[in-house]
Amino acid sequence: MNLNLLLAIPLLTLVALFVVRDEKKVRWISFIGMSVQLVVSVVLLFAYMSQRSGGATSTLLFESCTPWYAAWNINYHIGVDGIAVAMILLTSVVMVSGILISWNIQKLVKEFYILLILLGTGAYGFFIANDLFTMFLFFELAVIPKYMLIAIWGSGKKEFNAMKLVLILMFGSSLVLAGILGTFYQTTIIGGTPSWDLITIGSLHIPLQAQLLLFPLMFAGFGVLSAMFPFHTWAPDGHSSAPTAASMFLAGISMKLGGFGCLRVAMYLFPEATKYYSPYIIVLASIGILYGAFVTLRQKDIKMMNAYSSVSHCGFVLLGIAMLTQTAATGAVLQMVSHGVMTALFFGVIGMVYERTHTRMGNELGGLLKVMPFIGTCFILAGLTSLGLPGLSGFVAEMTVFVGAWQVDQLFYRVATVLACMSIVVTAVYILRASGLAMMGPIKNKAYEGLPDATWNEKLAALVLIIPIVLIGSAPFWLNDMVNSSTGIWMSKIITSIH
Amino acid sequence: MNFSFTIFILILPLSTFLITGLFGRNMPKQLTGIFGTLSMAIAALLAFVTAYQYFFVAGRTGDAYTTITALSQTWLKFSPTLSIDMGIILDPISVMMLVVVTFVSLMVHLYSFSYMKDEPRYHIFFSFLSLFSFSMLGLVVASNIFQMYIFWELVGVSSFLLIGFYYDKPSAVAASKKAFIVTRFADLGFLIGILLISYYSESLDFQTIISRLSSPDSPFMHTASAASFMGASAITWALCLIFIGGAGKSAMFPLHIWLPDAMEGPTPVSALIHAATMVVAGVFLVARLFPVYVMIPAAHDLVAYVGAFSALFAAVIACTQTDIKRILAYSTMSQIGYMMFALGVSGTGGEGGLGYTASMFHLFTHAMFKASLFLSAGVVIHHVHNNDLSAMGGMRKQLPVTNIVFLVACLAISGIPPLSGFFSKEEILTAAFAHNKLIYTVGIITAALTAFYMFRLYYSIFWNKPQAHHADNHHGEAPFPMLTALIILCAATIAAGFVPFTHYISTDGKEFESAFHFNLAAIAVSAGVLGIAIATIFYLKPSDRAEKISVSLGGLYRSAYRKFYIDEVYTFVTKKIIFNLISAPAAWIDRNVVDRSMILSSEITELVSDEIKEMQSGKVNDYVVYFLVFVIGLSALVVFY
Repeated sequence: MNLNLLLAIPLLTLVALFVVRDEKKVRWISFIGMSVQLVVSVVLLFAYMSQRSGGATSTLLFESCTPWYAAWNINYHIGVDGIAVAMILLTSVVMVSGILISWNIQKLVKEFYILLILLGTGAYGFFIANDLFTMFLFFELAVIPKYMLIAIWGSGKKEFNAMKLVLILMFGSSLVLAGILGTFYQTTIIGGTPSWDLITIGSLHIPLQAQLLLFPLMFAGFGVLSAMFPFHTWAPDGHSSAPTAASMFLAGISMKLGGFGCLRVAMYLFPEATKYYSPYIIVLASIGILYGAFVTLRQKDIKMMNAYSSVSHCGFVLLGIAMLTQTAATGAVLQMVSHGVMTALFFGVIGMVYERTHTRMGNELGGLLKVMPFIGTCFILAGLTSLGLPGLSGFVAEMTVFVGAWQVDQLFYRVATVLACMSIVVTAVYILRASGLAMMGPIKNKAYEGLPDATWNEKLAALVLIIPIVLIGSAPFWLNDMVNSSTGIWMSKIITSIH
Repeated sequence: MNFSFTIFILILPLSTFLITGLFGRNMPKQLTGIFGTLSMAIAALLAFVTAYQYFFVAGRTGDAYTTITALSQTWLKFSPTLSIDMGIILDPISVMMLVVVTFVSLMVHLYSFSYMKDEPRYHIFFSFLSLFSFSMLGLVVASNIFQMYIFWELVGVSSFLLIGFYYDKPSAVAASKKAFIVTRFADLGFLIGILLISYYSESLDFQTIISRLSSPDSPFMHTASAASFMGASAITWALCLIFIGGAGKSAMFPLHIWLPDAMEGPTPVSALIHAATMVVAGVFLVARLFPVYVMIPAAHDLVAYVGAFSALFAAVIACTQTDIKRILAYSTMSQIGYMMFALGVSGTGGEGGLGYTASMFHLFTHAMFKASLFLSAGVVIHHVHNNDLSAMGGMRKQLPVTNIVFLVACLAISGIPPLSGFFSKEEILTAAFAHNKLIYTVGIITAALTAFYMFRLYYSIFWNKPQAHHADNHHGEAPFPMLTALIILCAATIAAGFVPFTHYISTDGKEFESAFHFNLAAIAVSAGVLGIAIATIFYLKPSDRAEKISVSLGGLYRSAYRKFYIDEVYTFVTKKIIFNLISAPAAWIDRNVVDRSMILSSEITELVSDEIKEMQSGKVNDYVVYFLVFVIGLSALVVFY
């Protein structure tokens, strides 16, 4: 299977969008383009699984490498592993759903869809690229459109929040860039030939001193994107102003670029430094998980609540990665997928509620389940996924992190794991509070009584997300096996050097 | 014998849940009820077949019942040693539970068929009932401790959904939240317990865990007892934490506070979930891991004392409450206390393991008589449209059948022979007498209290003052499906005691005979009779005797009436400590420290750039000055280094 297809389809869609003028056509072209992309992603999943079960053992599959700028040895080197396939699938699902959710956008429709798809293209490129330079290029492509999405189509203090979000994320990018350049410099010293290639650099042995310097740059840089404490405040503010689809992309896709980068770039390239720094990461991750959960408890705005809960949930990703066991790292990837779909559903539903009631304050809503049973049910379903109900995807991910974390028999790690476990109770509290306030109880505002339930596009958008949630939650083995074999490869240096 | 057909006992309710949940809105209302009931009936039939096959045909190897793994399928593989396998194991207790769950669930389905007939969300109710039945059945047959945890959470959420079934009632919403959060908190203990026990036994499979941790000589047991934290060994911690999970689900003190509130749910739900099946999951969990608990005296004693205390504590509260369903809820808590301490005082092997057998026996009989009590209470509540005892009285004429069913169940729970409660309670007390006299005494006192509050309840509903005539009292005795369920359950209440449990369920799988101690039985029965007698004096006819006593008891009565202020303690901890002392400062810090410092850094950048942009003045003389300063500085550097 040719991975270029994953970039070609969004690019073709973009070209088509530039050409057409009619808003209706814009919507349909985006929808069809991204649906084709989703189909291709599913085909990729099956192709990948059949190759693996056919005995393919190389780190990456469907590889291809084209020189891009030979003077600096920059190559367009693409290829996927199990983690990337999972991420690509996640991106496609969220894209289709986000496009459907935005069906009723009235302002600058064409530009809106172009930016959405551009953002998605960046994510696809990032997940398939294995050349640091190319990777970074796509990484930036996935960040910058967000400024416009929030500043133009947003609400509230949109310019300020958009600026804040982009500045903090750019700060992260600058750290990543510095890390990448430093790594490139190291390759010229030790390898002889300069290289940007992930696998090539991974096979070199970068001296410990350099690792200790470069790892924090890269890890923190990517960590900012996955809302690592204390660089998480862009998330709640950005979300509170972002239009629904942008929130879905931001939490569902962009935050995953961070976790992906942490695991597959920072940790893979600098295994010794990873071990050195892992206790610090665990401290930050545990703070993020519990502190995020407690802050969430106080939120009155349901969108802010979900934004802060993302901080808490993404803490599990960092915690899983930093535990340095294969199981925990697999759990971290599962959590990325699960959180991506779940939070996109949550933001989508909150957007539907907001569009109808024009408020996001939990105490002003109430009894909506009766008025809009479909939206209400989706809200509760998203909530149950968030609090880790078995049968839905969140449970599988969290439990894998916990079990993996528990394999490290040291008190420090045990305490961190127990603290992380405690968040499942706090999560239950804020989720049930929010659903109790907004969805159950008597209808507080008479004006809400006649509000319509979800339209076809909203229903489809929700279904596209609910299906993977249930599929992963009730039959997790396919995803788990696919991811687990890949985390094993990426972490082989770290794991073997521990035991 | 191939038991793989047992999977259908699970698949039937699951598919009913999905079908009625997704498409029920488009089906005729009655059809969803019929569909759910029929599917449950088939599941019950299969469960009975399983029980027959297991106990009488294929369950025994030699003279002992063995554990049969009917199915096992890897669901999630964590690592080469740890994986969640979804499976079905059949052993005496799981088969017994299959029968109890499917039977009571079937009765409740039948009853709800007409009880809920005016409910617009009829199909949702039935689909949730099926979801619950599925989850509970998955829990009892779990072959893997993580599988049990999964279904444990699922029964929790079904309970949440059903308590909050009338979700436009704020009290129901609050009760459902409370039930979920309190049990979730307890489940945290369960989860950490699982992590600990799986780490030391290197398995998540029940049979492997038990075989590795039930003998003091096993190397796994050595490491697990050697590792210690805060003075207790890892295995003690693991078992105590797992017990916390069980205590939460089974409403043991101090995690019981959700159970009385859970009575906000529809009455059939209370009968099924909060009386007969889900709340005994904690007992079942301890029974499942019983061979490990026996090894660790500290954890084993914890089970005994928490059970005994809860039994007495709940019985005292039950004497003072006036809400019919809440009285039954406290009585449930008290009876589960019996089951817990029976496990806690039990040893192993033959008669030494009588407590274990008795606990399961009581679980079985309790399911029957408590379901009868709740379902009859449902008829009464339907009749007067009120839950409070003050609205009731003298109803024996209007509800003759319900009256008899309720009376039989009351006699059974009071331990009056030859009804089922007598046999199981007598066994529990015998076991307690042999192992722990203190707990035995608590058991006897609780038995007297139980008889007292049950007959207080009975008289207040059916005797006492003559029936006030309700204007909207249009229906007499319950409709046919409800009555059928009541009568069948009543028959089960009478018959359940004659099942020779010692033949089927024992710690070592072998049948044994427990000697009948006439003296002990006489003491237990007289305690019951005494309780009934006092209740008769106070409540058979209207009188102010009870009033006087309660006044003379003063503070004791008031604190029992206020449920010993446990709810207030919880409110204090959650509202004052967690919300105001942890959460609020965290939210404040996030805005004013973490976020502020981010904004500050951008403001400083702006400030600095504002200052230094003045240097780009465009005036040549300024630039000459910069140039000179720079050159002089550079020369100075060169000269001095």
